[in-house]
Amino acid sequence: MISKENVKQVASLSRIHLKDEEIEFLAKDLEKILDYIKKLEKLDISSVEPTSHALPTKDVFREDVVKPSLSQKDALKITQNKEKGSFKVPKIIE
Amino acid sequence: MKEFETVIGLEVHLQLSTKTKIFCGCKNDFGYDPNTLTCPVCLGLPGSLPVFNKKVLTYGIKAGLALNCTISSTIKFDRKNYYYPDLPKAYQISQFDMPIAKDGYIMITKEDGNDKKIRIHRAHLEEDAGKLTHDTESSSSLVDYNRTGTPLLEIVTEPDMSSPQEAYDYLQALKLNLQYLDVSDCDMEKGSLRCDANISIREKGETKLGTKAELKNMNSFKAIKTALEYEVKRQQEVVESGSAVIQETRLWDENKNVTISMRSKEEAHDYRYFPEPDLVPFTVSKDTIDDIKKTLPELPAQKLERLSKEYDLSDYNAKIIVSDKSLALFFEECAKLYKDTKKICNWINGSILSELNNRKETISNLNLSSKNLVDLIKKVDGGILSNLIAKDVLGIMLDTGKNATSVVEEKGLAQVSDDSELEKIVDELIKENENVANQIKEGKESAIGFLVGQAMKKTKGKANPKKIGEIIKRTLS
Repeated sequence: MISKENVKQVASLSRIHLKDEEIEFLAKDLEKILDYIKKLEKLDISSVEPTSHALPTKDVFREDVVKPSLSQKDALKITQNKEKGSFKVPKIIE
Repeated sequence: MKEFETVIGLEVHLQLSTKTKIFCGCKNDFGYDPNTLTCPVCLGLPGSLPVFNKKVLTYGIKAGLALNCTISSTIKFDRKNYYYPDLPKAYQISQFDMPIAKDGYIMITKEDGNDKKIRIHRAHLEEDAGKLTHDTESSSSLVDYNRTGTPLLEIVTEPDMSSPQEAYDYLQALKLNLQYLDVSDCDMEKGSLRCDANISIREKGETKLGTKAELKNMNSFKAIKTALEYEVKRQQEVVESGSAVIQETRLWDENKNVTISMRSKEEAHDYRYFPEPDLVPFTVSKDTIDDIKKTLPELPAQKLERLSKEYDLSDYNAKIIVSDKSLALFFEECAKLYKDTKKICNWINGSILSELNNRKETISNLNLSSKNLVDLIKKVDGGILSNLIAKDVLGIMLDTGKNATSVVEEKGLAQVSDDSELEKIVDELIKENENVANQIKEGKESAIGFLVGQAMKKTKGKANPKKIGEIIKRTLS
């Protein structure tokens, strides 16, 4: 059973804000998804390799060669919150 | 009173010194203006894709082999998900269940002289995060993403260390091995080597591990040792007062010399690891491993054994020489030019190391070639310089980069060995110290040393002490 508390915790881990009616709806929805997973769990997959990637490619490397980086100005174009060449964020205290 | 034992495991984050970052072509370097070494991959911009730097794999395998690990034949990367402003993608590309290396060990020498094996649980590759600075005045933090994507090797030990001293010795041994490999500069001040420690205590004889605390924020090996010592005491006091140690992260405060609990998180971390879909798996063939094995340099333990045998060094001397790769190289260069390796060791372990300490330099940055040192030693052998003056000459050589011959000539430091000059000095001394002279005449040989000392004083160390002694004997017998 997925409780509202479960949904709230997952939402907070994912930094998602949910309205009450959404929490209720999602609890039911997640329940359905987990039911389906339970169905899958019954299958015998002992002889199947886990699929971490859909494509049959391997070993795609890059040589250790320097390429130009963005300028500080260009890097900071993606934010309005900047100071002293840095991205400015709400104060983080550990 | 209960008797306790300490259990310590260490996690070391090592920045690998490849030219570029782990997943993009940005320069992997330190000390640049903020946000001048980034690209769409570093900043986690939509549509950008990471591509694995082959050199990082090589360095990782090298380190794994040097730590006696088994290298995995297939490796993959996983996403470790968490939200923090130093992590632009909100996940760190790391390795979860298929690390590049596992089940290794390194040997340390304990204080009692016995060797102890510290097992390496695993070593995995991952990307470093950005750097946050917190201004005390303002209500914001600043982020510099230059460090994002710096290749890291995280080396995790088993809980095999049973004292802060052993943890310190492990770190020294680890650092030395890694420096020999040339895969990282291992500079804690620059953050290229960082270490967290897990520590717990238990009653002697207990086999179950106690509840551990994770210590962070130590900026030197010495700080790690001091923090661990503090923590041993703290945990013992907690247990003895009848309470239980709680599992938590504690920060080392270097000014107050205490560990401070970080506010415990209300929710346990759930990193929701899953395979990184943007990077394909990588295979490491036996041939690749063998090829890399061939490039491994002579490691400290092997070098210690070889140098001890080849040059007949004492254990003490050999250990000091091997404790620094460039020092070992310097020693061997000298040994090729000069047979008496014991004398070379005495010079290196004495004057040269103290000069290095005073100047906060490494031997490779010091103004001294192996040939110049050997020439200086030969001047002492030949009686041109006394040991004492030779030390001064070394100092001047390091200041000026000149060789011993020019320093001796310019400063007029050559030892006085000329008989007539020395006889004059002895005559003066005998007049000034009649009592002592009489004692010598009466056969008190030990008093000769006093006069030799006076002679050295008079000539500011330039008199040849052996000859002075002979002349005193001759004159007074």
